[in-house]
Amino acid sequence: MNIHAIANHLNGLGDNSQTGFRFDCYPIEGDVEVLQVNIVGREEIPIFVSVTDNQVLCISYLWGEDEVKPETRAEMFETMLELNIPMPLSAFAKIDDKYVVYGALSLKSSMAEIEQELSVLSDNCLEVIAEMVDYLN
Amino acid sequence: MGILNKILTAFRGGANEVGQSIVDANSTRIFEQEIRDAEKHLTKAKRDLTDVMAKEMAAAREVDRLKRTISEHEGYASQALDKGNEALALEVAEKIAQLELELSEQHSANESFSANAAKLKELVKKTERQLADYQRQLSMVKTTESVQKATASITDSFASSNSKLLNAKESLERIKARQQQFDDRMKAAETLENENSDKSLAAKLAEAGIGEQKSDANAVLERLKARKG
Repeated sequence: MNIHAIANHLNGLGDNSQTGFRFDCYPIEGDVEVLQVNIVGREEIPIFVSVTDNQVLCISYLWGEDEVKPETRAEMFETMLELNIPMPLSAFAKIDDKYVVYGALSLKSSMAEIEQELSVLSDNCLEVIAEMVDYLN
Repeated sequence: MGILNKILTAFRGGANEVGQSIVDANSTRIFEQEIRDAEKHLTKAKRDLTDVMAKEMAAAREVDRLKRTISEHEGYASQALDKGNEALALEVAEKIAQLELELSEQHSANESFSANAAKLKELVKKTERQLADYQRQLSMVKTTESVQKATASITDSFASSNSKLLNAKESLERIKARQQQFDDRMKAAETLENENSDKSLAAKLAEAGIGEQKSDANAVLERLKARKG
């Protein structure tokens, strides 16, 4: 399992994806290879996929610390914790000063499972932002 | 200090700056070496355990054999006594005493092997648990590193392409606006299609002389004539 196999699969799907989305992916060079996955129509919120020794990580950035209204920060955390389990397949996390939602998959996952993960993650992102917009500047 | 604590300390100490590694490569290598050593210990402990268990089984078999032999000889001694051959009975009794000594030796050997096997089994379990824990910790460090490096790659890529990740509100609004536009277009197309199909139906009805008829000059003249008459 590597990001190129995932990219080839997703780019090759065209209109035949089982999730109804069209994907546009390209690798980002660096110390660790990262695949930027754009869902057509949702390019503003891309998903970044990397493959580690034991898992496939799909991460989407929600907002930065600077976008959070300081007076609602604690309430935002509580909402995140409360939503963490109901939110399907994804979880909240923080990387540096950015809040993210992510999903981790086994290296043995099928391409169909990865496609499903990406589509659910993208839906979750939109829903989370819409739901938590009151905490943001 | 647990691995989670180390990771958090490194984060809060500023190790999350781009390019800075959470745990330096050298300590990761040392950790990997520790895991390999633990794996070697585990292999050796398992081999030792197999040996000891084999010896334990052999000793148990020997104990059984000696017990059987002793009981046989007790029978012989008793028969010799029945036949009044005390000298022979004594000889057999001496043999029994010797066998009993051997039996007690085998017994204690067997017990010692059993104890040893139990100890080794415990060691194997402990080493397996420790190894799983080391591997879990290493995977946490590696994942943290990988995510940090990935973040650095993403940040660099956005910086070099002069684009930036929009803020969450703007992104959502744009996506929603686009979705709305798409929905509106779909609706417009649908309405248009309905109108077209209505029109064609009306045309067909008119052609068949059904429904509202267009008035024409002849019809008007007929009506006027009828009124006069």
